[in-house]
Amino acid sequence: MRVKWWHIALGICLVVAFISPLASGSPDGLEKVAEDHEFIGFAEEAPFQLIADYLFPGIENEALATILAGIIGTLVIFGVVYGLARLLRLGKRATE
Amino acid sequence: MHIPDGFLNIATVATTYAVSAGGVGFGLRQAREKLAEKHVPLMGIMAAFIFAAQMLNFPIVGGTSGHLIGAALAAILLGPWAAVLIMACVLIAQCLIFQDGGLLALGANVFNMGLIASFAGYYLYRLTTRLMRDDRRGKLFGSFIAAWGSVFLASIACAIELWVSGISPIKMALPAMAGWHALIGIGEGLITVGVLRLVLATRRDLVELQRI
Repeated sequence: MRVKWWHIALGICLVVAFISPLASGSPDGLEKVAEDHEFIGFAEEAPFQLIADYLFPGIENEALATILAGIIGTLVIFGVVYGLARLLRLGKRATE
Repeated sequence: MHIPDGFLNIATVATTYAVSAGGVGFGLRQAREKLAEKHVPLMGIMAAFIFAAQMLNFPIVGGTSGHLIGAALAAILLGPWAAVLIMACVLIAQCLIFQDGGLLALGANVFNMGLIASFAGYYLYRLTTRLMRDDRRGKLFGSFIAAWGSVFLASIACAIELWVSGISPIKMALPAMAGWHALIGIGEGLITVGVLRLVLATRRDLVELQRI
């Protein structure tokens, strides 16, 4: 199989996911505003949890849990959107 | 800028869900008409990159962090409706799999970071490249303006939603959200310029695709 540009690009995305444990743990803009103006307490927990907070459950090493969550997410998102675009292409051909 | 559940009232939840669902529906029809073979892998890559990059919060001043939204980058390369679809997929996955952004707030998150950020980014880029020149410098400058403006306007939309939900008065929510995101937008701009430079250097043809 010939290496296409997007194989390399997907590799770059996975590298970005791999370094995600380096992310700043500080609150983001909205969280900061919610803390400063004291409405962060209104935030509700999700009714169910899969890979909550980008930590793969059951792994003690936080960096590893983050990397695993990141790589799974990156691959799932790629598959879903690539698949959606493929389906839309098929839909176009079917109506032509 | 992912809004959790509990911040928005029912009217805001219902309105933003309706507008976002309509936007995504229209985007799907636009994409079905205009999608070419070359768009297909780029759609997937753009979504994967945005997801991965959104995990990488970068520190800004005052013990606060920010992360890429990515809608401007997607809109510059693929067009605003394709960007809306990509952002909606990323936000839905973040909400369902990673519990980032509330289920009820999903409509508002797609509205802010999907519709507002994509269209702001797309038209700011078009405006800047038209005012300057559509050469390399104009493209890179335009992408910075587009990225910064997309974050800034999305944060204003978010502040308005908090205000109409009665959770924070507008004179507090608006300057606070806009102020922090004016800074976070600089990071968005730098990342967007960096990625566009890489694409221009390696696959210039991907910058010349028909926009959806």
